[in-house]
Amino acid sequence: MMPAEEIKYELKLYVAGKTEKSVTALTNLKKYCEYHLLKDQYKIEVIDLLMQPQLAESDQIFAIPTLVRKVPEPVRKIIGDLSNAEKVLMSLNIRHVNMQLL
Amino acid sequence: MVKANKKNGIQSIHPQIPKTPTGIAGLDEITGGGIPKARPTLICGDAGCGKTLLSLEFIVRGAIEFNEPGVFMAFEEKAEELAMNVASLGFDLNKLQADKKVKLDYVHIDRSEIEETGEYDLDGLFIRLGYAIDSIGAKRVVLDTIENLFAGLSNQGILRTEVRRLFHWLKEKGVTAIITGERGDGPSLTRQGLEEYVSDCVILLDHRVINQISTRRLRIVKYRGSVHGTNEYPFLIDEDGISVLPVTSLQLEKEVSSERLSSGIPALDHMLAGQGFFIGSSILVSGTAGTGKTSIAACLANETCSRKKKCLYFAFEESPKHIVRNMKSIGVDLQQHVNKGLLQFQASRPTLHGLEQHLVVIHKLIKKFKPDVVILDPITNLITVGSVSEVKAMMIRLIDFLMEEQITVMFTALTLNTAVNEQTDEGVSSLVDAWLLVRDIEFNGERNRGLFIMKSRGMKHSNQVREFIITDKGLDLVDVYLGPDGVLTGSAREAQKLHEQTEGVLRDNVLGFKEREIDRKRKILEASILSLQTEFESAEEELNKTYTEEGLIKKVAESNRQQVTRLRRGSDISEGKRRKK
Repeated sequence: MMPAEEIKYELKLYVAGKTEKSVTALTNLKKYCEYHLLKDQYKIEVIDLLMQPQLAESDQIFAIPTLVRKVPEPVRKIIGDLSNAEKVLMSLNIRHVNMQLL
Repeated sequence: MVKANKKNGIQSIHPQIPKTPTGIAGLDEITGGGIPKARPTLICGDAGCGKTLLSLEFIVRGAIEFNEPGVFMAFEEKAEELAMNVASLGFDLNKLQADKKVKLDYVHIDRSEIEETGEYDLDGLFIRLGYAIDSIGAKRVVLDTIENLFAGLSNQGILRTEVRRLFHWLKEKGVTAIITGERGDGPSLTRQGLEEYVSDCVILLDHRVINQISTRRLRIVKYRGSVHGTNEYPFLIDEDGISVLPVTSLQLEKEVSSERLSSGIPALDHMLAGQGFFIGSSILVSGTAGTGKTSIAACLANETCSRKKKCLYFAFEESPKHIVRNMKSIGVDLQQHVNKGLLQFQASRPTLHGLEQHLVVIHKLIKKFKPDVVILDPITNLITVGSVSEVKAMMIRLIDFLMEEQITVMFTALTLNTAVNEQTDEGVSSLVDAWLLVRDIEFNGERNRGLFIMKSRGMKHSNQVREFIITDKGLDLVDVYLGPDGVLTGSAREAQKLHEQTEGVLRDNVLGFKEREIDRKRKILEASILSLQTEFESAEEELNKTYTEEGLIKKVAESNRQQVTRLRRGSDISEGKRRKK
């Protein structure tokens, strides 16, 4: 069992301005995390490519919005507005972890 | 750029849409100046037909030759792989990237790493591309190949909308773009029907293997707002990149020379209005096996090199050493010219590569060696790697090219002993300026060679069949004997000659006899004339004698009379005195 205070999830959400899809994605992400994870276990970073376009290449971003799970390895990417909770949690492997915690 | 193509490209008198030259040899010529400026162009074709290379060359040449930076967005290959792949063509992508002339961006799409949930768009790609374009001020963009998006993502509906938006966006950005697409099954040009989105210019690449020999071909399927070549043009990928070879430069506007070039056979020059071939003309020597075609070619080579001009000899049948040895036997020493660097042999089996490759090898060597005369011996062997029409097409292009460079070319061709072939020597006989035909004349139990000039444009030329003889000292042409039995050659001609000689001697004899007879007669006549003259002289003298005598008598008589008179008067002098008083 890992200590609860360690950051288990490093999530980056790439958006391009405040579009409807981006807002939805962020809302969804926050909702999942709050519901399934402990507060200190995750970190969400929102990157606006309109402000930092150079970051798109390094993380291989082509679709917006894209959620990148940097930690834990391997890197996972989820594109879209994250409306399908089941799929998002599966991809991020969140439910599984949470189950263990419970 | 566009001006450079005015010479032999497709041109129109009307204003054309603005074009961006690709810098790829030949492509700008058939597109009339390049691909549409600030619009997307689709290049499609099967796997391995050269799409990536063509588009990459577009970027690299743009950066190097036209000072137009370019972005290459790769969906298939990583940037390092691309750089390595084109390093063999002499393109240093890493340096160009460091100089901010080219930007490579590899878009990695792996279905296993990506999950799709809900709505999304490709703004990330737009931003990325936009950023790449702005960071180096790119004028050219390549997306190779955007279809990988369709393989990596499942929501086709979104993708199609986004791709359509991307092309619009590229137009708005004002960049000239190339989008590549893999050819799909069925009638559509690309798997995802990209041609629906790109409406301005579509170029199709093709790679076919016929008779185990591969040929790459390029065709402009459509080019809105511009005239363009519609044929399938063969193209090649070699160490210098892509070169498209237009079948013909579409105009016949060539410089012509009225200077002459000796064929190396004085008697043949004599048949060609005394001076030989025109410089920059094409000459076909055809004949059946063993009629001395190579010897004629070697004579031309020898003559050219002796005049300190360069000759390039493509041998498709014999090795250079063979030719040198064989030509020594007729007194033509080619080795000395080879040693001086005036003569270069290029021997290759026709089956070594396809016709196109042959053509390019020929092109390249000619560009490098800059010869005054080119010899292809024999072109007939090329038929083993292509059909007659293909060989003809190749010859047209070659002759075109050589004419433009003002290079004299001699082809030799083997004909079979049929009437049909005489008409259509690989179909090039109508293209060439001069056509020499060497033919076997079988008569009187021996074969002899007869040479005649089928045509020779722009000069008076002999219509006579000459006997073509190969001696230790070289080649010569002699008049054939036209006797009551027809054309006599070889020993029959010699016999006829001897016969004539005998007759000549006899005739001389008869003539001599008659001359002597006349001489004698003249002498007799002259003698009698002399005696008559003498007779006349004596008669004349006789007459003169009489005259003189009579004169003398007269004179004497006169003086006598006076004497007498004086004597009579001697007594009467006084009488005389009286008369005075």
